[in-house]
Amino acid sequence: MKYQVQENCLTVFLPNELDHHNAEEIRKESDHLIEHNHIRYVIFDFKETNFMDSSGIGVIMGRYKRIYLLGGEMCAVHANERMRKILTMSGVTKIMQIYEEEE
Amino acid sequence: MEHTNEMQLIFDSRSSNESFARVTVAAFMTSLNPTVEEVSDVKTAVSEAVTNAIIHGYENEVHSICIRCRTEGKTLYLEVEDTGRGIEDVKQAMEPLFTTKPELDRSGMGFSFMEAFMDRLEVLSAPGKGTTVRMEKTIGKGRRLWTTQSL
Repeated sequence: MKYQVQENCLTVFLPNELDHHNAEEIRKESDHLIEHNHIRYVIFDFKETNFMDSSGIGVIMGRYKRIYLLGGEMCAVHANERMRKILTMSGVTKIMQIYEEEE
Repeated sequence: MEHTNEMQLIFDSRSSNESFARVTVAAFMTSLNPTVEEVSDVKTAVSEAVTNAIIHGYENEVHSICIRCRTEGKTLYLEVEDTGRGIEDVKQAMEPLFTTKPELDRSGMGFSFMEAFMDRLEVLSAPGKGTTVRMEKTIGKGRRLWTTQSL
């Protein structure tokens, strides 16, 4: 999994398929990075992602609980139509903005 | 019947098999000429059911999961079965956002996703015996019939 830390912002480059199998790894690694780098903003980059199930939603919701307590924010970038549908259906768009392009 | 086809897939309840299971079912349903979206819908539903069997049914122990698939006409019938611990209260388990494992970051949306992406969902379960999830999806529903338009 690829991550990038810039000051207090963590970008998580999500894999091609985000299911229960790799959700565990992302959960552990991103929590470690959030804790050790004073992270307040998390960007989920869906550029490579073509599949996601409710395990992916669980990862997003779990990270939000942490970031919210730290007074931070999260957003999603490069989500294709399918990913947008899943994100919207699950309701996580209420806690996380989806942006067309990374600014 | 002429347009029927069947397959059965039995595999270990390892999380690495989740992608194997959904890709295999996706390959099986190609004879129905599904759209990319319909394939994605089925893949998501398979992934949810298999993940449930691994995490909840077998609680991460390795046992067998059985997927039975049948196509009849334009409809895909799908069954995902485990012989794990079963569900005490199926109705409650199917409620959106309900989960018995919030500590594992489970969203509680598995059954909601299966319901949303398939045409029919039925959950049969008995505590101590296991769970069978039955789903159905008719391919080509609501697709416009452009062939009937006059030129």
